[in-house]
Amino acid sequence: MVGIVVVSHSERAAEGIAEVAAEMAGDTRIEPVGGDGKGGIGTVPDAIEDAIDAAAGGSGDGADGSDSDADGVVVLVDLGSAVMNADVAVELSGAEAVIADAPVLEGAVNAAVAATDPSATVESVREQAEAARDIEKL
Amino acid sequence: MSDDGAATGDDRTTDDGAAVVAAAEAVAERIEAERDHLTQLDSAIGDADHGGNMARGWAAAADAARDLDDPDAETVAKTVGKTLMAEVGGASGPLFGGSLVFAAGELDEGVTPETAVAFAETYLEKVEDRGDARVGDQTMVDALTPAVHTFKKSIEVDDLPPIEALAKAVDAAERGVAFTVPIRARKGRASYLGWRSVGHQDPGATSALFILEELLDVAADRLGVDVPETDASSPTIPDEDPDEAAGDSPEAASEDD
Repeated sequence: MVGIVVVSHSERAAEGIAEVAAEMAGDTRIEPVGGDGKGGIGTVPDAIEDAIDAAAGGSGDGADGSDSDADGVVVLVDLGSAVMNADVAVELSGAEAVIADAPVLEGAVNAAVAATDPSATVESVREQAEAARDIEKL
Repeated sequence: MSDDGAATGDDRTTDDGAAVVAAAEAVAERIEAERDHLTQLDSAIGDADHGGNMARGWAAAADAARDLDDPDAETVAKTVGKTLMAEVGGASGPLFGGSLVFAAGELDEGVTPETAVAFAETYLEKVEDRGDARVGDQTMVDALTPAVHTFKKSIEVDDLPPIEALAKAVDAAERGVAFTVPIRARKGRASYLGWRSVGHQDPGATSALFILEELLDVAADRLGVDVPETDASSPTIPDEDPDEAAGDSPEAASEDD
């Protein structure tokens, strides 16, 4: 099963987006993460790494997510330094994780739907998340 | 930089680790002293938090480095990088800290001229990739690129003593910082200002210069020498064959000494 991580500068935004995506997600693990760790706006690579490990189904007790039953993790991010911090976290984590170049909310919903497919892979979920760039609203 | 040939084995490892701790402490002190200056630069083109963020992060990084028990250079560099990532915030955390965590691996055999060049190149590459920035974007890459190129060339082609190579690199970084003033920002928050970013010195490039200046001071101090008076221009003969100079023939370059 492919896991999903939602990264935002705001912890509450990350939680809210994960909540919306979870409506469509079945049993998929969706881990929200955000905030500077001190109640403010920002992101912290270590916290994102923990979220990736948790979404991978690992114990999250370090860099090694290899004991997981997951088929990898797709990471959705909001803006700027959150992208860089997610990039660092992907490097640090032992789990197979990729960042989707997609709008964070629409991408998370698309990814959640794609992840429920029994044959879903990291690549298929990322592709669907990135397809959210073309969603027209009006 | 401890390139004292007499030191071997564990002494050498411990020496190098202690040198990197001393460097982190010196940088923390310098950034704290420049806090207002950096914030002032950032308030012109950004969100006026660079000085405070960097000062807080480097203070925590120096503390973390000091708390390590007899560490080697790689461990100190990794610890400093991880602490910066967690404490600096914004884009400077992953750029200054994340790149350090990554490049620290080049110091697994201690600090030598060769590992220092590899470290510098890897660090610059990581900053460029992570920030998707190149020379001329008005970022820290504008300070680091001339510094890293000059350092590498001074070591590998000109065969200069490491402390002189580092002094040249600092001068190169200073020229790079000056270059950020008359150009337009294409990355980072300053890029939102478009043409209004022209005429402003980049705070990240300025911090990178301060860090390099402290590395030079600490290296000179630990070697027990004065900081060499030099500049970034090359001592090699101008009309020599560049292909030859770039090869492994430092003899060819040292005739101009």
